[in-house]
Amino acid sequence: MNIVGLFNNLQLPFAQHALVACTIVAITCGLISPFVIMRGMSFAVHGMSELAFTGAAAGLLVGGNALAGALCGAMVVALLIGALGDRESDRDSSIGVILAGGLGLGVLLLSFYHGFATAATNILFGDIFGVSNNQLILLLVIGILVIIAIMAMYRPLFFASVDTEVAAARGVPERILSIAFLLVLAFTVTEAAQVVGTLLVLSLAIAPAAAARRLSSSPLWIACLSILIALVAADGGLMASLQFSRIKPTVFVTGISFLFYIFARIVGPAISSRQNRALQLEEVMG
Amino acid sequence: MPGNRLAGREGAGGRAQDDEVVRFDDATLSFGRHRLWDGLTFSLKKGEFLAVLGPNGSGKTTLLKVLLGLQPLSSGTVEIWNRPPGHGNSRIGYVPQQRRFDSQSPVRGRDLVRLGIDGHRAGIPLPRVATRSRVEAAIRSVGAEAYANAPLGKLSGGEQQRLRIAQALACDPAILLCDEPLLSLDIASQDTVASLIDTRRKEAETVVVFVTHEINPILPYVDKVVYLVDGQWAVGTPEQVFTSERMSELYGMPVTVANLGNRIEVVTSHGGALRDLMDEEKCRLLVDMEGDEHRGPV
Repeated sequence: MNIVGLFNNLQLPFAQHALVACTIVAITCGLISPFVIMRGMSFAVHGMSELAFTGAAAGLLVGGNALAGALCGAMVVALLIGALGDRESDRDSSIGVILAGGLGLGVLLLSFYHGFATAATNILFGDIFGVSNNQLILLLVIGILVIIAIMAMYRPLFFASVDTEVAAARGVPERILSIAFLLVLAFTVTEAAQVVGTLLVLSLAIAPAAAARRLSSSPLWIACLSILIALVAADGGLMASLQFSRIKPTVFVTGISFLFYIFARIVGPAISSRQNRALQLEEVMG
Repeated sequence: MPGNRLAGREGAGGRAQDDEVVRFDDATLSFGRHRLWDGLTFSLKKGEFLAVLGPNGSGKTTLLKVLLGLQPLSSGTVEIWNRPPGHGNSRIGYVPQQRRFDSQSPVRGRDLVRLGIDGHRAGIPLPRVATRSRVEAAIRSVGAEAYANAPLGKLSGGEQQRLRIAQALACDPAILLCDEPLLSLDIASQDTVASLIDTRRKEAETVVVFVTHEINPILPYVDKVVYLVDGQWAVGTPEQVFTSERMSELYGMPVTVANLGNRIEVVTSHGGALRDLMDEEKCRLLVDMEGDEHRGPV
């Protein structure tokens, strides 16, 4: 357990694949994370990832392809949320119902699948070292498409998220954006599930921005910090797992992002009270 | 004047004037059986300050939505610069009804103002010198320099409202639509906000459409009033609309209007009746024919 050992491990193709996958997942998660929080969609993300589990189980059963199945599952939920949960007030309840029904279906599907135990844990808790070459390419393509899509709609989506009425008045197409964002979210959730598993997607899709927004109030800084935290958690977690090979990367990834959040909760109030003091001072000085 | 057309059908049918900006012609809007307004007709010239008044649910906010092109009319026409209102018209500034920003909202005042300039465009908001100087100018014009870098959620209602106005001014609007911008502000902030809007109107000949349930804080600035009550409407100067005769017609009950020069009080002989009709919160003076004075709950 030392630096040399880590470098030796990183020479291995499977470790390099995993590192590339983690990096692209971290960037996409860090980018979407502030929007998930601004739009109050944490529960929607959870619902999507649970249903990605059902999709993965179906994919395994039908063609032995969990990734494609997971993607389909998440997309179906995205479209269902888009269609049913238009109003914020009843969005959570419709997601809850979809989630519970879908998860039950997933358990049923898995009970028909031979080799139940490992397949289930891998989907639920992630299996980044098991990613094949083809899957890696698919992950890369999806990741790059997600990044391009988010970049393209970044500004109007931000406008519609923080200032809905004025955005509508300026002609921002909120409905189209929100469906586009749900689809982007479905792709991102499926990707993240490969690293940390469907149960723990929230550690990469929410924790980074939840921490970042306690450290800054500038949208640009929040986005940058969120990507940085996601990168440190995903890549750092992977490397830690290479060192302690008995423990899944998931454990380290979730652990690191959780620590970032705790750190931000402790340091955040100090930052905002400094801001408050500066504000009062400026007001006194005129 | 008979019927619900309490003021003349000004503008309609006549020649279109060069400085005419907004024109409602026989505009009707109904939702199901409920008719918000019927045959509404008026026009606004450059630099005119219009107050839209009426009880809750009389379609004041909807009138702004119509001007923004977000709400189609049931019949009749509305035109802005002789064209139907379009989505996201870039020369229209909009100050929506106040909703406090949540204290964790990840935006500062200057971010909000910038959204007013380029928030609708695709892509990433990269820092740009030209945009930055427009943001600074807008912030300066409302005197919000001291707190433009603080998180919006930590500011007072008055400070947030100033930044909202800066946001609306940042796009250099020819029309400024304000929905109850004085609501829940203290009296000093009400004065500041109202005079900021009036300053813009005078400097840039901006048309102001100001939805409010209280005429008095803006009375010095108002050129024209549209008063909507339950499908009925009246248009004219404050002096023309706020007469006992017209208000009685509008409300369909005897109403006395006291014009005290710098303020107007609408008064009814039926105790709390007008309070319910006008506004649950803010109608304050209820005077009896005998001269008994009751102050309604505020």
